[in-house]
Parts: sequence; C-alpha cells; structure tokens
Amino acid sequence: MEYNLTTLTPVLPEIFLLAATCLILVIDLFLSERTRLLTYGLSLAALIGAVALTQYAAGPGRQVILDGSFVRDPMADVLKTGLLLVTLFAFVYAKDYLRALGILRGEYFVLGLFAVLGMMVMISANSFLTVYLGLELLALCLYALVAFHRDSNNGAEAAMKYFVLGALASGMLLYGISMIYGATGQLSFPEVAKVITGGTADQTVLVFGLVFIVIGISFKFGAVPFHMWVPDVYHGAPTAVTLFLGSAPKIAAFALAIRLLVDGLGGLIVQWQDMLIIMSVLSMALGNVIAIAQTNLKRMLAYSTISHVGFIFLGLLAGTDKGYSAAMFYAIVYALTAAGGFGVVTMLSRNGVDAENIHDLKGLNDRSPWLAFMMMLILFSMAGVPPTVGFFAKLFVLDAVISIDMVWLAGVAVFFSIIGAFYYIRAVKVMYFDKPIDARPLVSSADTRVMMSVNGLAMLGFGMFPAGLLAACRAAFGA
Amino acid sequence: MTADWPIISATIWLPILGGALVLGSGDKAPNVSRWLALLFAVLTFLVSIPLYTGFDAGTAQMQFVEKAPWVPMFDVNYYLGVDGISMPLILLTTFISILVIIAGWEVIQHKPSQYMAAFLIMEGVMVGVFASLDAMLFYVFWEAMLIPMFIIIGVWGGPNRVYATIKFFLYTFLGSVFMLVALIYMYFKSGSMDILAFHDLKLNLTEQILIFVAFLLAFAVKVPMWPVHTWLPDAHVEAPTGGSVILAAIMLKIGGYGFLRFSLPITPDASSELDWLIIAMSLIAVVYIGFVALVQQDMKKLIAYSSIAHMGFVTLGFFIAFIIMGRSDVESGAVLGMQGGMVQMVSHGFISAAMFLCVGVLYDRLHSREIGDYGGVVNVMPWFAGFMVFFAMANAGLPGTSGFVGEFMVILASFRADFWFAFLAATTLIVGAAYTLWMVKRVVYGEIGSDKVAALQDINKREALVLTSLAVAVLILGIWPAPLIEVMDISIENLVRHIAITKL
Repeated sequence: MEYNLTTLTPVLPEIFLLAATCLILVIDLFLSERTRLLTYGLSLAALIGAVALTQYAAGPGRQVILDGSFVRDPMADVLKTGLLLVTLFAFVYAKDYLRALGILRGEYFVLGLFAVLGMMVMISANSFLTVYLGLELLALCLYALVAFHRDSNNGAEAAMKYFVLGALASGMLLYGISMIYGATGQLSFPEVAKVITGGTADQTVLVFGLVFIVIGISFKFGAVPFHMWVPDVYHGAPTAVTLFLGSAPKIAAFALAIRLLVDGLGGLIVQWQDMLIIMSVLSMALGNVIAIAQTNLKRMLAYSTISHVGFIFLGLLAGTDKGYSAAMFYAIVYALTAAGGFGVVTMLSRNGVDAENIHDLKGLNDRSPWLAFMMMLILFSMAGVPPTVGFFAKLFVLDAVISIDMVWLAGVAVFFSIIGAFYYIRAVKVMYFDKPIDARPLVSSADTRVMMSVNGLAMLGFGMFPAGLLAACRAAFGA
Repeated sequence: MTADWPIISATIWLPILGGALVLGSGDKAPNVSRWLALLFAVLTFLVSIPLYTGFDAGTAQMQFVEKAPWVPMFDVNYYLGVDGISMPLILLTTFISILVIIAGWEVIQHKPSQYMAAFLIMEGVMVGVFASLDAMLFYVFWEAMLIPMFIIIGVWGGPNRVYATIKFFLYTFLGSVFMLVALIYMYFKSGSMDILAFHDLKLNLTEQILIFVAFLLAFAVKVPMWPVHTWLPDAHVEAPTGGSVILAAIMLKIGGYGFLRFSLPITPDASSELDWLIIAMSLIAVVYIGFVALVQQDMKKLIAYSSIAHMGFVTLGFFIAFIIMGRSDVESGAVLGMQGGMVQMVSHGFISAAMFLCVGVLYDRLHSREIGDYGGVVNVMPWFAGFMVFFAMANAGLPGTSGFVGEFMVILASFRADFWFAFLAATTLIVGAAYTLWMVKRVVYGEIGSDKVAALQDINKREALVLTSLAVAVLILGIWPAPLIEVMDISIENLVRHIAITKL
C-alpha cells in the first residue's frame, strides 16, 4: 500500500478538522477575554471548511483506505455533512449563552470540534477498532463538556454519572467486540460479515457478543432500558452543552448502528431485530408517557429524545434499505430539530440564569413573536404534524415497518405519537396562550437570530420539499 | 380541462403568501396588516372566480388539473383538480374568508396581524384540502388546518379557551391518524397515492369495512356527528367570532366532503353495509341534538348544536342513497339526496356564518353570550334585529331561503327510502324552528332587558356590509339554487353510478 496524497482524499475532511482544531487550541491560548470571539469564528470556519472538503471528497461508490479501516461511501458523505451543519447551529446558539454565564472559553469549541472529529471517524469506520476509537474520542470530549461549568454542582454530578455509565457501556461494547473477534478472527466489517455468512463461526459466541454490542449501541442512543443517564445528563449539563449533546451525536449513533449491525453483523439480523423491537416499543412508551409529567423543559426534551430514538430503531429493525434510509432521514431531521429546540432554551436564558422550566416559555409570543413561531414549528415537527418535516420522518419510518408486515408495530408507534403530541402541544399552549412572567423582550445577537430562523424555517422547508433529503438518504443505501 | 395558468395553486398559495406578509408586517401599524389582509382575501376570491366561470358542468372529469412530482420515491404528486363537488366549496371558502377578515376589523385589538395571518393561511390550506387529488397532499393540508385553528381559538378565544382548543386539537388529531393508516394501507395495495386510483381499487369487504371505519373516525369528528360532537360546542363557545365562522362554515364541510371524496367511492360496499349506522347517527343528530339546542342558555352553544343537527341532514342525504338504490333501480332519488346534502352544506355555510356573526355583533357590544342578558334588542338596534330575524328564519328552514332547499331535498329523498326516516328528519322543521325562533324571541323581542341593552348601538357600516352580503347569498340560493345544482349535477350522478357498482 503506497501512500500519496490522492489516496488520502477520502480522509481529507478529518485531517483538516484535526489540524484546524489543534491550531485553534494553540491560538486560543494567546487570546484575552475580549478577543475570545476569534476562537468562535475560527471554529465556525473550521466546520465550514470541513463541510466543503466533505463535499469535495464525496462521490458515488465506496472507497476503502488505510488498510481497510476507513471507508468513505455516500452514507458517510451525507451523515458527515449533516453532522457538521448541526454542530454549526449548536455552536452559534451556544455562544451567547456561554458569554452570559461567563464561561465563554476556547475549550468548549475545541472539545466540541474533537467530539465532531470522533463522530466523523465513527461514521467512516470500517473496522471494530476504528469505530471504538471514534466512539471514545467522542465520549471523552462529552464527559469533559458536561462538567464544563466548574462551579455547577448539577453539572459535576451529571458528568460523574455520565462518565461511570458511559465507561460501563464502552466496556460492554468492547467485550462484545472481543467475542465477535474471538468467533470470527476478524476486525474489519466486510471480513466479519463474510465469516458470518460462511457459517463457520460459533453461533453461540456470536450471539453472545451481539447482545453486548447492542447494549453498547443502545446506551449511546439512550434507548430504554439503557436510558437512565439521558434525563440527568441533559438536565445537569449547561444548556449549551445539552444542545450539542442532544443533537449531533444522534447522527453518529445512527452511523454506529449501521456500521456495526448492518455492515458487520448483518448476518445476525434475525437476532438483533427482536432486541430492537423490544427496545423500540419500550422507548416510545416510556419516553412519551414520562415526558408528560415533566416540568423541566430540558428533562421533557430528554424524554422526548428517548421516544424519538424508538422511532429511529423502528426504521433500523425493518432490515431493508428502505428502512435504513428512513431511519437515516429521521436521525438527521431529529438532530436538526433538537438543535433548534435546545437553541430556543439557550436563547431564553438571560444574565447567566438558566431558563429551563416549561413556565419560562410562558407568553413567549408576547415577548418575541418570531422566536415563538420558530419554536412552534420545531415543536410541531417533533410531534409529527404536517406540514413540518417531522411528519414525513415518521411517515417514512412507518412505511418501512408496514412494508415488512409489522403493522402492529406501526400501530403501537402511532398510538404513542398521539400521546406524545400532548406535551408538545402543551408547550405551544404555554408559549401562545399564557401571560409572560417576565415581560422583558428577549435580546439575542444577530447571528443567533439568523441561524434560528434558518433552523425553524428548515422544518417547514424540508416538510414541503422532503424529496431532496430523502433522495440523498436513499442513495446512501443504493435503494 | 387544464387552464392556461395554475388557478388552483394561486388560490392556495396567494392567501398563504399574504398571511406570511401580514405576519411580517407586525403589530406596529395594525391598519396596514388589516388592509393587507383584506387585499389578499379579495384577490384570492377574484382569482378563484374563474373556477366557476370556466367550469365545464358537462363532465364529471377533474378540471383545472395540475400535476407535478412531489416525493417521487413514494410516487406522491402535487396533484390538484376540482369537480362539481369541490368547486362550490372552494368558492364558499374564499367568499367567507373575506367576511371573516372584515368581521375581525376593529374587534380584534390583541395582535391583529397574527389574527389576520392565521385566517389567511387557514384559507389557503382549506382550499388545498378541497382541491387535493393526491392522498398524501390531502393529508398534509388536512392536518395543517389544525395548527392555525389551534392558535386562533387559544389566543383570541373566551375564558375557557385553553381547554377547548386542546380538546379540539387532540380530538381531530386522533381521528385523522386512523385515516392516515388507511391511506398508507391503500398505498400499498395500489402503489400510488392517487385518490382517483383509490376509487377504482378492488378491496374485499373486510378491508373495506376497516377502511370505512378509519375514515369515519376522521370525518365524523370533523362533521361532527353524534356521539363525537362534544368538542364542537366547547370550541365554538370559546372561539372568537371569526374562528366560529370558519369552523361552522367551512371546517365542518370538510368532513362532509371527505365522505363524498373518500368513504363513498372508495368503500361503496362497506358504506352500503354500514349505512344503517350513519343514518342512525344522523337521525340522532337531527332529533336529539335539536332538543339539546332547545335548552341552551348560551347563544353560541345553541347555534353550535343547531350546526350539528343541520350537518346530520348532510350525512343523512349522503347515505340514504343505498337504501333508495336497494328499493328501486332509479338513481334519481339517490342523486336528489346527495345534492340535497351538498346544497345543505353550502347553505349552512352562509347561514351559520351569519348566525355566528350576529352573535358576534351582540358580544362585541355587551361581552355576553347569555340569552338571559338580552331582550328587546329590536327597540335599540332595528337594523340588526331585521338581519337576525331573517337569518333565524333561514336557519329554521323557511321557504325562500337557502335553508329550505337542502332540507327539503333531503326529506324528499328520505321518503323514497323509508317513511320513518323522512318523518324523523322532518321533525327538525318543528324543533329547528322552535329553538331558533325562541332564541330570537328572547333576545330580539320583548321588553328591553336591562340598561346595558338600552345603551346598545345599531350595527355600523362594516357589520351591515358583512351581513348584507350573506343575506343576499342566502336569498339567491333559496330562490334560485339552479346554478349551484347544475355545476354539481354531473359529478354527483357520476358518483352515484360509481357507488352502485360493487367492488367485490
């Protein structure tokens, strides 16, 4: 294998991001409080540069490089672009919040960029080792980010919980990987898949390993019964971190599931399909029902995340290209929606005081009609009401489930969506029908407002023209 | 027939665009948003007129068709068109919307731009519902109606508005989700989302019954039919006048339209099998709800219940067709019943709008809807009293008004089905007259009820304009309904022929 610059084209976005992040880390050391915004600007530039390079490297077909540990395919192109753009939104929303809280430090952006790098590695992983590498890079950055607000007890507690449980889950995943390796003697996904289809590997060990891998994936997604950390971490972390944590990693988790379960262990679909069915139904049920009881907006959105994960699993468990592309559509749309939802929560905070309860939304329409309208679009999209994009995301998933003759599962999903609609509607009700507690109009900087408008209108735009994004997702799976 | 320019698209998107502009204009200059809203409402009405003038009444084919791919992977198209059933309802929508904008002119002081914008967007979406020929497009418009209405009731409604609007939203959302499941099922059967292809789709009886029930849940809630009507009185009472008008005049019609466009042609055998159920529900609505209306103390509630009773006529007219066709092979009776239902829908659109506007006029002055708070209004508001009595007569089905035409046609058709159906339906002529006229007696006539009533001002020019235009519509339709019946004639005959052929 000879290395020259052209063989490295597929990995160019990652190389660029790594170099840029290191550079930002160094530059940030020499900046004073007043010029800190430069770090922010450079981080955005790094993200945009990475998007451009991803597009440059993109193309049809698969390219496997670095001795078979790294792959670039249409799925990776779409997911990376989505991931980088969602992170861009998250960074913009985070800036004002961090500044108000007095923690506008370069570390937030640097850790965030390293996390993004980890996720990009996960997306392009072609072997168990690469995937684990990316996952740990992501996880370590997230642990640090959750504890980012040093003086906050909640933050420290959340970080501790997240770290302990996260380490446990990584251990499970690693244990599962070792068993698969033991049974097949391979680490790269295509080779593992080949051995499994060959039927020579010990089935018991394989299934045993699979169980641990599925547990690891479910933990990263936050699916029931491995969801315990989600509400606490979402609640305890500074909102700017929750915003990042709750959006972009969902795209990476989707990639993780596809790479491990489909690319690597596709031969064991009969086994993992059943596990996903159970977790998907439990996630939708528990997430939607418990969300109703929440008074804290961040916890409510956390439980809502759990229910949305159930929907992503529905698409995955269909086990068809149609199902995978539907789940991919859902994951990307959800990440964008969640970024917007948490973005509004950060914009409500003022003078370093977190606005995180549902009653903080009261009378938002009186304080800032435009922001209320954007939040309404986001909430209706989460509820899945047309003409917002959330409806199509749900529809495509349901369609995939019905096409494998699991109509009852679609029925369960629809039933819990209706329950879920209630608490989203309640939030809209609070924004539009209640009198504000704090009548002062909201102030936010121009870049935040612009991004929020793009974010909210994207709900409507993708809802009216879902064909483009769906075509990209379909192309990723060659369907 | 296809038009040279996309008339239907213009009718849908012009008001939505206008709504966005009005929303953007903000509340700093309320008059700008009001005039802008009126401009767009009038423009939309003008744009929709060619749908009537250019309409070819000699064919049951879809007209002014527009078709473009929307989500090609699912074979979902942006597919629009009208026939004799949907065209009158679209014109009704664009006409009533102007009146709603005018009616909310000075009355709405709280966030007028959002109020006007919500109604404009609502208008476009409702036209979209009537004109969609693709099931997915239909569903998107259908659900999109909920969002502006949710806001309208919740923001500008009465004291108990939050309860009412959440009840309204969840009721209708629940109903329509079942419809979505049915639509997806048919998509898998037929491979497309084309509603007209659904009409020719072969389905066995079990499938038909399940699909029929799914549609029934969606449409019965919208109509609303007894026993799923309970959201309507709440929503009406709490909604602002404009909201009540749109609800009664157009949104209820969407349920009736759904029966004609989906239930009957897609599941004719199930409709025939289960027609007793619909007929029973309709007759209960007509008779029982009529008596419920009689005891109401709240004017809006009374009119809301009267709406439910009148919509009972509509569904009765649609579903007696099967019994008539079972009795004799004459289609004319069935056609008569359905046409009666359609005329009743349009007429109820005018009359209920007018009745709610009349109550709105009183409410704006006295901030009460209780019948007991009024009395002797005629002494201080003679012009208003004249209008109110006229519309009350129309609501009771006085010959010469549009209310009579539809009811008469449906009762006439019922006679061909069963004497007792006709008998029960005809009780509305007594009960309907009783509750409407008794209310008028208590509100308009008699001694002046209180000092507040004595201080009432008669209607101003704006209110007079709105009520006059409705009065003219009611009279024209009552005296000379032929233009309306002619445009729908062929389409309805075609529908009756279609449902007479079994799909089994």
